[in-house]
Amino acid sequence: MNHPRCTVFLFSTIFLFLSACNTASTSPPVTLKIFAASSLKAPFTEIKSKYEATYAGVSISYNFDGSQILEHQLASGAAADVFVPADQLHMQQASDAGLVGTSQIFAKNKLIVIVPISNAAKIYTLKDLANKGVKIDVADPSVPVGQYGLQVLDNLGKSADYGPAYANSVKANVVSRETNAKAVVQKVQLGEADAGIIYQTDITPAIANKVVAIDIPTNFNVIAEYPIAATKNATHAKEAQAFIRYLLSSDGQAVLTKYHFVTSGK
Amino acid sequence: MTQMRQWLARVLLGMLASLFFLFLGVPLVSLLLHASPGVVWSELLQPDVLQALQLSLLTTTLSLFITVIFGLPVAYILVRGRFPGRKLLETLVTLPTVLPPVVAGVALLLTFGRMGLLGYYLKLLGLTIPFTTAAVVMAQTFVAAPFFVNSAKAGLEQFDRRYELAAYTLRATPFYTFRRVILPLIRPALLSGMGLAWARALGEFGATITFAGNFPAITQTLPTAVFMASETDLDKAIAIAVVLLAVSFGLLFALRVGHAYLGDR
Repeated sequence: MNHPRCTVFLFSTIFLFLSACNTASTSPPVTLKIFAASSLKAPFTEIKSKYEATYAGVSISYNFDGSQILEHQLASGAAADVFVPADQLHMQQASDAGLVGTSQIFAKNKLIVIVPISNAAKIYTLKDLANKGVKIDVADPSVPVGQYGLQVLDNLGKSADYGPAYANSVKANVVSRETNAKAVVQKVQLGEADAGIIYQTDITPAIANKVVAIDIPTNFNVIAEYPIAATKNATHAKEAQAFIRYLLSSDGQAVLTKYHFVTSGK
Repeated sequence: MTQMRQWLARVLLGMLASLFFLFLGVPLVSLLLHASPGVVWSELLQPDVLQALQLSLLTTTLSLFITVIFGLPVAYILVRGRFPGRKLLETLVTLPTVLPPVVAGVALLLTFGRMGLLGYYLKLLGLTIPFTTAAVVMAQTFVAAPFFVNSAKAGLEQFDRRYELAAYTLRATPFYTFRRVILPLIRPALLSGMGLAWARALGEFGATITFAGNFPAITQTLPTAVFMASETDLDKAIAIAVVLLAVSFGLLFALRVGHAYLGDR
């Protein structure tokens, strides 16, 4: 082993590493840390590129996860400037814990039934979901979309058109309760489940031609509201408010509409 | 001077080891401290937690059984076999361990799902695997078996073949030799491989929920129950996790003690 050469190599590596660190810290733009529900990933990614192009010097860094996990991370002291859960419940809990400021609703979402394009179980209407042997995939009641799905079934069960027997047959056809709507989409897309109940916004361009959607009439549907708030210990409070304003502006709302969110503009 | 060095080496060794023990142990202890024994006990008596525990024990036992039945011949062939592509197979067998579990689950769906490569033909025979307990066992086996195979392989590689040859000179049959000479001598490697594979199967979550889904009493294992509970009630999730830890600790500890006892024989 040639020691001097080794030492030279080691030091040059350390030097390169340090100088790389240096360049990174010499031009510090404001990094806005946003904790957002997974279901917002697609529109928020587009909003990030638009926003960063408009507001030079601000760079957005997202943490996408389930609302409950995000709220727990906030409570554990994770550094975030903006909190965007998928439902009012988690915003309320964060607010009660004194973690966030006043919140505003910036978008809404509703549920929809999807079936694979192959549609082996021949499901064309909501009524077909009660057919014997149909494999239905839903989200677990512990996550908002799963809870809303149960509410929809309850609403259908209470109506004269469907009735309690219908709701019970549909519930008996449930083969799995996933951790999130994306996992439901995955199993329907692969044709393993005959139908799934998800958010309308989960039908992304990537899967739009792999599944067929069946509408749930508004009188039975559940409308999910997306609240947004700046955190109390935000490092960049001013930028956080600016981001929230942008989201509520026509530019922000247009992107959300594009991804099938129900916005105030409609 | 040498004494001084020995002393220094010992202190350094002790320091490194205890720091790492702490790193591994304190997170587990903090889980225990967070969940009071009363809460853990009352969780254990919840029907859904009990069901998940039962299902976990049943499926991991089955998957360990399958792993040993199929994994031992695989390890034997990989060590003793001389055929083209052996290195390739050796690498392939380890691959499930690097695969993110969710991807492993998707791979299983694409193979054994209703629309999968093999699953399509199974469906014609009236067999659908996803969303069944069998799918849970398959997911666990897929992810955990490499641990056993690699451990068994290491045992066989270190095995001194002279013992085997001696048995042959005494006219022992290959099967008798394997059972009475090779197996007892590589037992430590097999047992530690079984322990590892079983533990990995018990903790399996990603591949299971992707391939088998999550439904109480059919496909909901303890780790899945922990994850589901963490969505709403972190304290409940921690309590179930403590149950999972206690069961794992009990079985792994029993394996160690049993191993030491067998080793002394």
